[in-house]
Amino acid sequence: MAKKPAAKKAPKAENPAAIDDPDFDLNSLQEAFEKNKTFDASEEQMLKFYEQMLLIRRFEERAGQLYGLGLIGGFCHLYIGQEAVALGLQTALDGDKDSVITGYRDHGHMLAYGLDPKVIMAELTGRQAGISKGKGGSMHMFSTEHKFYGGHGIVGAQVPLGAGLAFAHKYNEDGGMTLAYFGDGAANQGQVYEAFNMAALWNLPICFVVEDNQYAMGTATKRSSAETRFYRRGTSFRIPGMEVNGMDVLEVRQAAEVAFKHVREGNGPVLMECNTYRYRGHSMSDPAKYRTREEVQDQKDHHDPIERIKKQLIEKGKSEDELKNIDKGIRAQVSDAADFAENSPEPDASELYTDVLVEEY
Amino acid sequence: MATELKMPALSPTMEEGTLAKWLKSEGEKIEIGDIIAEIETDKATMEFEAVDEGTLAKILVDEGTEGVQVGAVIAMMADEGEDVGDIEAPAASADEPKEDVEGEGKDVGREPSEAEVTEAPEKPSRSAASDPSIPEGTAMVSTSVREALRDAMAEEMRRDERVFVMGEEVAEYQGAYKVTQGLLDEFGAKRVVDTPITEYGFAGLGTGAAMGGLRPIVEFMTFNFAMQAIDHIVNSAAKTNYMSGGQMRCPVVFRGPNGAASRVAAQHSQNYGPWYASVPGLIVIAPYDAADAKGLMKAAIRSEDPVVFLENELVYGRSFDVPDMDDYVLPIGKARIVREGSDVTIVSYSIAVGLALEAAEELAGQGIEAEVIDLRTLRPLDRETVLESLKKTNRMVVAEEGWATCSISSEIVAICMEEGFDYLDAPVTRVTNADVPLPYAANLEAMALIDTPSIVKAVKKVCYVED
Repeated sequence: MAKKPAAKKAPKAENPAAIDDPDFDLNSLQEAFEKNKTFDASEEQMLKFYEQMLLIRRFEERAGQLYGLGLIGGFCHLYIGQEAVALGLQTALDGDKDSVITGYRDHGHMLAYGLDPKVIMAELTGRQAGISKGKGGSMHMFSTEHKFYGGHGIVGAQVPLGAGLAFAHKYNEDGGMTLAYFGDGAANQGQVYEAFNMAALWNLPICFVVEDNQYAMGTATKRSSAETRFYRRGTSFRIPGMEVNGMDVLEVRQAAEVAFKHVREGNGPVLMECNTYRYRGHSMSDPAKYRTREEVQDQKDHHDPIERIKKQLIEKGKSEDELKNIDKGIRAQVSDAADFAENSPEPDASELYTDVLVEEY
Repeated sequence: MATELKMPALSPTMEEGTLAKWLKSEGEKIEIGDIIAEIETDKATMEFEAVDEGTLAKILVDEGTEGVQVGAVIAMMADEGEDVGDIEAPAASADEPKEDVEGEGKDVGREPSEAEVTEAPEKPSRSAASDPSIPEGTAMVSTSVREALRDAMAEEMRRDERVFVMGEEVAEYQGAYKVTQGLLDEFGAKRVVDTPITEYGFAGLGTGAAMGGLRPIVEFMTFNFAMQAIDHIVNSAAKTNYMSGGQMRCPVVFRGPNGAASRVAAQHSQNYGPWYASVPGLIVIAPYDAADAKGLMKAAIRSEDPVVFLENELVYGRSFDVPDMDDYVLPIGKARIVREGSDVTIVSYSIAVGLALEAAEELAGQGIEAEVIDLRTLRPLDRETVLESLKKTNRMVVAEEGWATCSISSEIVAICMEEGFDYLDAPVTRVTNADVPLPYAANLEAMALIDTPSIVKAVKKVCYVED
């Protein structure tokens, strides 16, 4: 006998999302987003996007160069190519209330939050003036002042940590939400789904963002993931998904508007997939032999997020020279940051034993 | 001004490489992102990408050259407006290392900088605070360890709105071992949170909540299950304050029963004290009696640092005197002499303290006065109390319900060797569980676990007394 479709379970009383939405629809937000995918940015906002994305790009290029010169050690994961994701999302946050957490590819996320490039670069070179006093390095940077909670080196760990930050927002009733980034690689870690479950169960104010840059280190998503449409990965937890072109800052920003509104209105978590591309290797020591030069070049030529906004600005009447001047200013700023990072002293030897514990026992 | 293109380091360990191929020739224009050359290391071939624009003016290292040092100038690039013909190679030979300026780090290679070769400073020494004095006339109330822990949590929850408890079965079920009994009724579901069975996830969530400013108490039904969560305890909670240069605190308490229970076999019977105690950035507490459980739990919740609080299921039901005081808080990091003696010291913690006390009673009947020390805190360890006692008795046995290898006992032995050697009249001896996964069969389990007779035997051995 054919199985009857299972009767719909009565929603559990403690899960408001289930009550409001007994017929969970994975695409509920996507549909709203599809109606208008482009953020209606003012010229001033567009210039800001351009400038900030350029800052990330030039900063990362310089970091790569300093790495090559031996001034930056260890692991160094560059964000080049993915700039639109950080800018589109973080400009939609309320810096006084909301919190951000990410993995080890964190320089861009920090710059997008307006953190001083000098102290970030000085952390990369391991100097006392670095944002973590030189003790954290590229992968471990934090700014509690800006509610930027890292900078975590263990793939996927930031996802439950982010759920905890969201738990604190809800507990304190402070009106804030959390933005938790992770990559397509981290999307296969079990703890991500443990966090999804609790975030949905407890209706936590959090937007999970998968930055799908197509490769988990050297493994293409299709070789590692049974479901590569990552926005669907929250379905079993009743988390609505969104699929976003992460190479278009205006589209990312519009998606953020839709997602964050949903989260802020107390409807629980959203899972957003931003499809993007990293131009450089996974880290500085990655020869990137798992993809062709043509593939990378095609992304640069046809999908570059900075070129896209530049074109849009020119269409709006900005001149090449004006935009070039912005670039010049950014280059100077990054040069200053690099000089600062190169010339700042290393941490004092006495710092070796500080900050292990907060209190003395 | 011309730009020097230097041999890049492509990995943290690369010191030199082969310049395999030039992809640009002299006089050719270079855009940012262009591949200028291919570099080979023993591991891989990598592309050398331009980060500045300009014109390649002079190639200084021919393709095919092996052993090119990282940081050596391999080419000169003319900037916009410069004449390629005017560009000279840098005055100094490309291979000659530049002067390093002290305190400015190296920009000429990957050797350790001046600061790195400076001798590390001494680890600061510490001296633990003493237990608070109990006012005369304070009533002593017989309390089980289970109740003492509950009272400590309830008192701290009344005191500080940020404190909440989360874990499996902590709320409606009233605690798998009833340690959280009554908390849901008093504090409600917001502050006493039942979690799904998802240790890795909720340990991470609790840690994140602490980073976000709350004071979570994360209960593990047993610490055996916390192995699924150990990454968050060690990597997320313990290291963050250091990695953030002291910016980001993580005041979380991970608590639950630890060590062998009764007949629950190998996967549910393990002492994680040595594991956590090896990690800088963690506080590790493992009390024995009810007063210590209460006073130290309150201290743990108030601490700005992450705390692993190891309880013992077999001790939950035992009752001890607890001073009836409004706010009984004990110092973290201070051992307690639970029985004074002059002939030998037995150092212990958690459930084995009970066995050590039994052994001491039996030994007293045979004319040996043993001093029994309860470490109470495993990290930071109270070396001072241990060494002071050793100076007095000159003999030491360490009793630990756990494996001997890389254990707290091993650590005590090492401390005595390094700092108490001159006071030793006999080798420090460890009494621990057998070096096997804990068996289920009653007879085998009994054989595997530490017991009083084995402590008595070890004490006699270090006192050179015949059985």
